[in-house]
Amino acid sequence: MNEKRLIALSGAVIGFLGVLLVYLGNAANYGICVACFIRDIAGGLGLHRAEVVQYLRPEVAGFILGAFLIALFMGEFRARGGSSPLIRFIIGFIVIVGALVFLGCPLRMVLRLAAGDLNALLGLAGFIAGIYLGIFFLRKGFSLGRYHNLSSSNGYVLPVLAVILLILVAVKPAFIFFSESGPGSMYPPIVVSLIAGAIIGLLVQRSRLCMAGGIRDLILIKDPHLFYGTLSLFVLALVGNLAFGYFDLGFVDQPIAHNDGLWNFIGMLVVGLGSILLGGCPLRQIIMGSEGDSDAGITFLGMLTGAAFMHNFGLAASPDGVPQNGQIATVLALIALLAIAFKNVEVGITSKPSKSVASGIKK
Amino acid sequence: MSGDKDKKTVDARGKSCPEPVVLTRKALESFKDQEIEVIIDSPVAKENITRMAKNQGYKIDVEEKDGEFCLKITK
Repeated sequence: MNEKRLIALSGAVIGFLGVLLVYLGNAANYGICVACFIRDIAGGLGLHRAEVVQYLRPEVAGFILGAFLIALFMGEFRARGGSSPLIRFIIGFIVIVGALVFLGCPLRMVLRLAAGDLNALLGLAGFIAGIYLGIFFLRKGFSLGRYHNLSSSNGYVLPVLAVILLILVAVKPAFIFFSESGPGSMYPPIVVSLIAGAIIGLLVQRSRLCMAGGIRDLILIKDPHLFYGTLSLFVLALVGNLAFGYFDLGFVDQPIAHNDGLWNFIGMLVVGLGSILLGGCPLRQIIMGSEGDSDAGITFLGMLTGAAFMHNFGLAASPDGVPQNGQIATVLALIALLAIAFKNVEVGITSKPSKSVASGIKK
Repeated sequence: MSGDKDKKTVDARGKSCPEPVVLTRKALESFKDQEIEVIIDSPVAKENITRMAKNQGYKIDVEEKDGEFCLKITK
């Protein structure tokens, strides 16, 4: 299958699954949300005690195992790492701060838009602004440094964690938390979530679909390839929402959303900038982590930790809005992100073509 | 290779996307009409650079060896 068809097909299938998972049991406009699912996993593990969002979402284990197996099969599994792991952990943490202020990762933002939730438009504006800002730093020479090959055991860590999460959600030991009400209590049978997640993991690994990358490439290199995926995801989700009767156009009373436009904008600005600095959106980080990229694996753990902090300290948004401390946390997160971006702009870029144009170019 | 004045090399091994694309683009803009050789070690970077170069009307020749890719980009 050619690249263009594959990316369009991936977007379409994921868009449709995003709606189908709601029909099969997930909460409204909550068919797929990487940030929310990671937050639910943090809750299921008892890392935060927000009782309505605790469930070890098998979709995430599906993302990891689907991507891991297909990468292995296609010869693309390679253990690597060492590109500023601690900074990536922090950026992962920060991206989740922004996402849980907006209430969704970039993928859920597109699904929310496709269900008529106009609050997501403010989020999209912030996301694009964040991507622009990220591109500014990329053009200045932002880099988190080179990765190196590692022993293969490093690449197996994330898939093993996924299997452990699956065992825990299936066996239901007493120390694992399960929401009794709220979005965390709404889900399809484990096997359905797992299969849907695995299909998504497989497709994203093959097509390289990325919500941040789509807009980034459009602006940075005028290449619409990845954006076709975002577009087909939106279209199929829209068709699905109309078909299932979930489409509801407006700002007010949208499912698991608030209508504080400013914080929807700032939250997604943080996600956009952070995703560009990391080289991909939260879903893409999970997929890369599953292909053996231990830096992306550490980013996943950063996101898990960030989600735990956001709910442990009452910083995350809710349909009532963004708590004041959550607003302060978001501003601090943005400042930290900017500091990281400025600090990692590589010197050595010169406008004179007679010398090396960047540290990676040799004459 | 070092003695060839008309060939520039971008070593983007170990660089995560989109850095290899950004570096290649900078090299193409800076060294017009010269052959650019890009060394990378990721299939994703190979796909992205190939697409970018083709979109801009360049010819691209890909060689794979021991998990690394050498891309030769010419006008």
